[in-house]
Amino acid sequence: MNSRPMSYPDLSTDLGGIKMNNPVAVASGTFGYGREYEDYMDIAVIGAVIVKGTTLEPRVGNPPPRIIETPAGMLNAIGLENPGVDIFLSEHLPYLRDKGVTVIANLAGNSIDDYAAVAAKLEGHAGIAGIELNISCPNVKKGGLQFGTDPVMVKQVVEAVKQETFLPVMPKLSPNVTNIVEIAAAAREGGADALSMINTLMGMAIDIEQRRPVLGNVFGGLSGPAIKPVALRMIYQVHREMDIPILGGGGIMNARDALEFIMAGATAVSVGTGNFVNPRAALDIARGIQGFMQDNGVKQISELVGAAQPR
Amino acid sequence: MAALEIGRVLDNRQVARDKYVMDIAAPATARQCQPGQFLHIRITDTYDPLLRRPLSVYDVLFDSGIISLLYRVVGQGTSLLAKAAVDEAVDIMGPLGQGFTLPSENESIILVGGGVGVAPLLYLARLSRVRQCRVRLLLGAAGGAQLGAASRFEKLGVEVKTACLDGSAGYHGVVTDLLEHEDAGDYSRLYTCGPAPMMAVVSSWAQAHGLWGELSLEEHMACGVGACLGCACQLKAFEPGYAKVCTDGPVFNIQAVELSPDQARKEGHNE
Ligand SMILES: Cc1cc2nc3c(=O)[nH]c(=O)nc-3n(C[C@H](O)[C@H](O)[C@H](O)COP(=O)(O)OP(=O)(O)OC[C@H]3O[C@@H](n4cnc5c(N)ncnc54)[C@H](O)[C@@H]3O)c2cc1C
Ligand SMILES: Cc1cc2nc3c(=O)[nH]c(=O)nc-3n(C[C@H](O)[C@H](O)[C@H](O)COP(=O)(O)O)c2cc1C
Ligand code: FES
Repeated sequence: MNSRPMSYPDLSTDLGGIKMNNPVAVASGTFGYGREYEDYMDIAVIGAVIVKGTTLEPRVGNPPPRIIETPAGMLNAIGLENPGVDIFLSEHLPYLRDKGVTVIANLAGNSIDDYAAVAAKLEGHAGIAGIELNISCPNVKKGGLQFGTDPVMVKQVVEAVKQETFLPVMPKLSPNVTNIVEIAAAAREGGADALSMINTLMGMAIDIEQRRPVLGNVFGGLSGPAIKPVALRMIYQVHREMDIPILGGGGIMNARDALEFIMAGATAVSVGTGNFVNPRAALDIARGIQGFMQDNGVKQISELVGAAQPR
Repeated sequence: MAALEIGRVLDNRQVARDKYVMDIAAPATARQCQPGQFLHIRITDTYDPLLRRPLSVYDVLFDSGIISLLYRVVGQGTSLLAKAAVDEAVDIMGPLGQGFTLPSENESIILVGGGVGVAPLLYLARLSRVRQCRVRLLLGAAGGAQLGAASRFEKLGVEVKTACLDGSAGYHGVVTDLLEHEDAGDYSRLYTCGPAPMMAVVSSWAQAHGLWGELSLEEHMACGVGACLGCACQLKAFEPGYAKVCTDGPVFNIQAVELSPDQARKEGHNE
């Protein structure tokens, strides 16, 4: 006889070819390379760990101060500090692979060739489930215009990366655009397997005593609960217009927030700033989603995806 | 090893106009604390203020599992903390960071603290006294009423010399003036924490006399565990990159740090 009194809801999901045990990932740049949080949990049970943004060469990042708290949020201007793709592959990936962590690499660059070169280096290394493309980076060849704000560049960068890899490719859309649906469509045309939405919103803070911007970099990316309504709206708009898996994030702090994103149309969700407040947030949220499914007789998480969309 | 623990407030008393001491029952965390490490404290269950607040371990009663904090009310988070009532729960993450290097038995050490910068030095003094060290503290504050910490050190058998900017107690002037009466050769180690300009003077004094020294730095923090790279600080020993104050520090050897005029202008544990 089956000893289980009832069947557990199924939280597993497929994000455009990235297989996840549960739909809650941790967002790039907020969870380091995973091991920073090992004192607090078994990081292998997290749906996916999206590691810190990786560039071709090492980067030292922006001068401090790099972060400042704002109402229900924070601004960051880290400047993509990272040891470069070679160190990622030799020092961080083997460790995560041995732990059995579902790893999504996050790529950044300042030219299409940069992105393609990093993707090429990742190819053939076991233990990477997929690639997230941070396209909120300035394109030096286009006068520093962000890749993610121009549909033509978005399509080109996705195409270039797709040519270098067999892994699922998921561009991470910038919310700093007028028409997010147009950008999403361009990414899909370029061959994106999924979309990650949203990156931080550009903002700033001013120190009135010193009469100057607080951040060393002047501008920074706003994250946390303050951006949740914007993220939800954009995911809802894109899911309404096209059929592509979405990793939804922006201000998710608890299971209720995560369920809102899923019902707006996200196949899976990512927790960023929430990790700073509760290092176990991703696990607590996955458990909370499971509880909601049990209470509401939902057997598979996919039943909830887009549930709030007009029928 | 660091962990999450829900501690309980045993006491939260005002010790000066803008300063409080909070005693927290947190036995698992207390057992792990080293002097100079910090706790990352969640102030509220709501999302504003959002981030945890880093506060140094002020004192630890190992056997009773009690941790004390000494904090100055400066903004939204510390104002809320000051309102925490006895028996309230406190969400603690820690202990975090690299603490002070403890002296060996029978060493002679000098501590220099300014304002709430004295916080990380008390537990250091306690453990140093257990090791039969001779400990001298130079303590600076704005006014005599701010020197409450002195008696806690004296109870441990620490020789305390105080300086007050308003002349209401001890030496009238800045704490670093007291260094003129000290012979660096009497000590094997120096430890300091306080406003950056104070630490700059203290560490150049130590370096000029070839005295080994450590200091504790502050930077705004999000994660506290080395993951977000938000607490970057420009230090000589880490160039061309940056040090992470949360995991490379907050305690650094004075040799690693060149307190630039820019850092000196920044607000540290100011009065
Ligand atoms: C390792 C470490 C140990 C510390 N130990 C002590 C201590 O023992 N006693 C004490 O009184 N203070 C200590 N501080 C400073 C303390 O963290 C800040 O005073 C506190 O975070 C201010 O929060 P707030 O909301 O009241 O102020 P606000 O100014 O409203 O805070 C806004 C934001 O800035 C951050 N912030 C502001 N000032 C500082 C600062 N000086 N350092 C770091 N972040 C800051 C806050 O954490 C918050 O995210 C320590 C800081 C660090 C980094
Ligand atoms: C400190 C910090 C660093 C970040 N670094 C990266 C990064 O390297 N690459 C990237 O694609 N996104 C980065 N992000 C954006 C997050 O991954 C996430 O998309 C964003 O913060 C919104 O989600 P949240 O509100 O849950 O934090 C960073 C965010 C923060 C707060
Ligand atoms: S606070 Fe996140 S790296 Fe130091």
